[in-house]
Amino acid sequence: MKEIINLPVSKIEEEEYHINMGPQHPSTHGVLRLVVSLQGEMVKSLKPHCGYIHRGIEKMCEKDTYPQLIHLTDRIDYLSAHINNHAVCLLVEKALEIEVPERVKYIRTIMDELARIQSHQLWWSSFGMDLGGLTCFFYGLRDREMILDIWEETTGSRFLQSYNCPGGVMQDLHPNFQKRVHAFIKTFKKKIKDYDRILSGNVIFEQRSQGVGMLSKEDAISYGVTGPSGRGSGWSCDIRKNEPYSMYGQVQFNEVLRYGCDTYSRYMVRMQEMHESMNIIEQLIDNIPAGDYSAKMKAVIKLPAGEYYQKVESARGELGLYVVSDGNKTPYRMKFRTPSFSNLSVLDHISRGMKIADLVAIGASLDLVIPDIDR
Amino acid sequence: MGIKNIKEKDFQDNETLELFRKTGSGILMTTIDAVIDWGRSNSVWPLTFATSCCGIEMMATGASRHDFARFGIEVYRASPRQADVIVVAGTIVNKMAPVLKRLYDQMSEPRYVIAMGACAVSGGPFYYNSYHVVRGVDQVIPVDVYIPGCPPRPEALLYGVMQLQRKIKLETITRPEESMIMGRK
Amino acid sequence: MDNETLKARILSIVPDAQTEENKQYLTLVVPAAELHNLAEKLKNTQELSFDFLFCLSGVDYGKQLAVVYHLNSTTHKHAVVLKVKTDDRVNPAFDTVCDIWRTADFHERETYDMFGIRFNNHPDLRRIFLDEEWKGYPLRKDYVDEVNIVEF
Repeated sequence: MKEIINLPVSKIEEEEYHINMGPQHPSTHGVLRLVVSLQGEMVKSLKPHCGYIHRGIEKMCEKDTYPQLIHLTDRIDYLSAHINNHAVCLLVEKALEIEVPERVKYIRTIMDELARIQSHQLWWSSFGMDLGGLTCFFYGLRDREMILDIWEETTGSRFLQSYNCPGGVMQDLHPNFQKRVHAFIKTFKKKIKDYDRILSGNVIFEQRSQGVGMLSKEDAISYGVTGPSGRGSGWSCDIRKNEPYSMYGQVQFNEVLRYGCDTYSRYMVRMQEMHESMNIIEQLIDNIPAGDYSAKMKAVIKLPAGEYYQKVESARGELGLYVVSDGNKTPYRMKFRTPSFSNLSVLDHISRGMKIADLVAIGASLDLVIPDIDR
Repeated sequence: MGIKNIKEKDFQDNETLELFRKTGSGILMTTIDAVIDWGRSNSVWPLTFATSCCGIEMMATGASRHDFARFGIEVYRASPRQADVIVVAGTIVNKMAPVLKRLYDQMSEPRYVIAMGACAVSGGPFYYNSYHVVRGVDQVIPVDVYIPGCPPRPEALLYGVMQLQRKIKLETITRPEESMIMGRK
Repeated sequence: MDNETLKARILSIVPDAQTEENKQYLTLVVPAAELHNLAEKLKNTQELSFDFLFCLSGVDYGKQLAVVYHLNSTTHKHAVVLKVKTDDRVNPAFDTVCDIWRTADFHERETYDMFGIRFNNHPDLRRIFLDEEWKGYPLRKDYVDEVNIVEF
């Protein structure tokens, strides 16, 4: 010890030390454990430890029938619950070659876009809160309550509705639906300008996010980072444009791309996506055709033997469902290719050389939902 | 005694708690008890702990529409040493159970536990056929209030918090072994 | 490229590959020894250019264990599915592809965790979701857990 005290400062070697952003942490958005290896305040590498919310959903799906496992898919990525249910229903309908009524396609697309907007609102709230701006939390969640009211009136539940079922939806729209959606869009278009004034144009926010967490396009493709995080690096990966499903082939909307490759680009992609979602809803809401809200299905759904794959665009990226069926009423093997799992794998690569405070901003810009990683 | 503006008959199923309060202490101790219990019940500060979907409903309860700061839950404390209550919102799995136990052990007394949501009460939708889920958080730590629902509405969480406040108001400092709070025994 | 041309190109690289008919994407079963070579050629050849591995899953077919790779090309927009199978249930092993597609790193760890399939030359092969001391591989069909899992 005496030898160390007598050395001049420049000769004392900086040692690497590990800190644990443990499973219980306000900024990890759930139970993710990161063991960060630091030199001073610079991140040298990090290792994520997952599994703290691994519930074994893939094994449980092998014992549930197709309508039953829709309730489990809700809980995988609870912020895009509609979109997850939609994927299962599309897969079953494709395998059985069932054509759903037009009304169902309109309803499902509108509900999907509402889910996307409320997921981005929650993301914006927690992003601002992580960087220290607690006002964002209250503004975002206040506006999100309007969407939850719309859902509660039609489906009966604020959150985790399990509204889709193979062949259609569980019950018809409430008569007030159109009025409420119009009111929401009118209000939200004014409120979203506040979001830009608080955070997007803020000089502290810009300095904390521009140039932070650079992810090149080749890396995004190689690591499989899809969704708004990939589109912030210029990779055009929107499933709604590349392989359209439901009504997405027939509405006009732009795919939002940015080429900055940093946290600020990923942020701006999501802000612009909220505008695009409102455009899609406006094109569809006044033209919902009358008709059945569900096609006639048999009581027991058995998929023919074979393998099926269905892709949808959830709020986080590309969600893929891979089903191996042997002709029974339960799947033989069901695999969820979740977007947050691949997005997490790039966190190590893009945080090297950044400070520990930037790590929080990078993690928030990738928009990870931890049960989506662990299933 | 009683929470202001909620009538006794609204809590019909909790008569046993009312009977229990006949302590027989002198007037001085009951007044001190009343003041201490009033202070403790009106400022329970929770730990930031949310594992899955119920966490989002807990955040929505803290937001501006169903504000729970008006019930005394003013701030979330990041450190377990400074927190009073741990609201277990979400599923607990085998890998997370030792972490939860360690957090509970680090909290200082008096500490309370609310099990929010079906997963924390009994394993919830993951009760059958899951190899990695703990069926109910009361297998790991002692629980004071159970809130059912998947996810429970914000109003249900507020009702659960009010029940906890009633439980706290029945404590007495002279005979702590008669406390109804699970963590004390 | 359409499926017939793709099939012809892949068969010219790996003549032993067998096609599975009537599937959603062009599906080929490849011998395990040829996997890494084929994967490299699929990524690096200009006309094929399969640069996006969008799903890597393990499947337990009862007697055989398999790994299924879903590949897509972002430039040419064609897709192909590769499968490798093994009969060895005690020590199944395949070559890793995480030097070609970086996303395979985490996916292969998950396949090891759930099925017990090892990947040669993987930089860090250990369990990702379950604890290190967990016994057994849950997604295999012969995994028994009398307490928690209900058999019909």
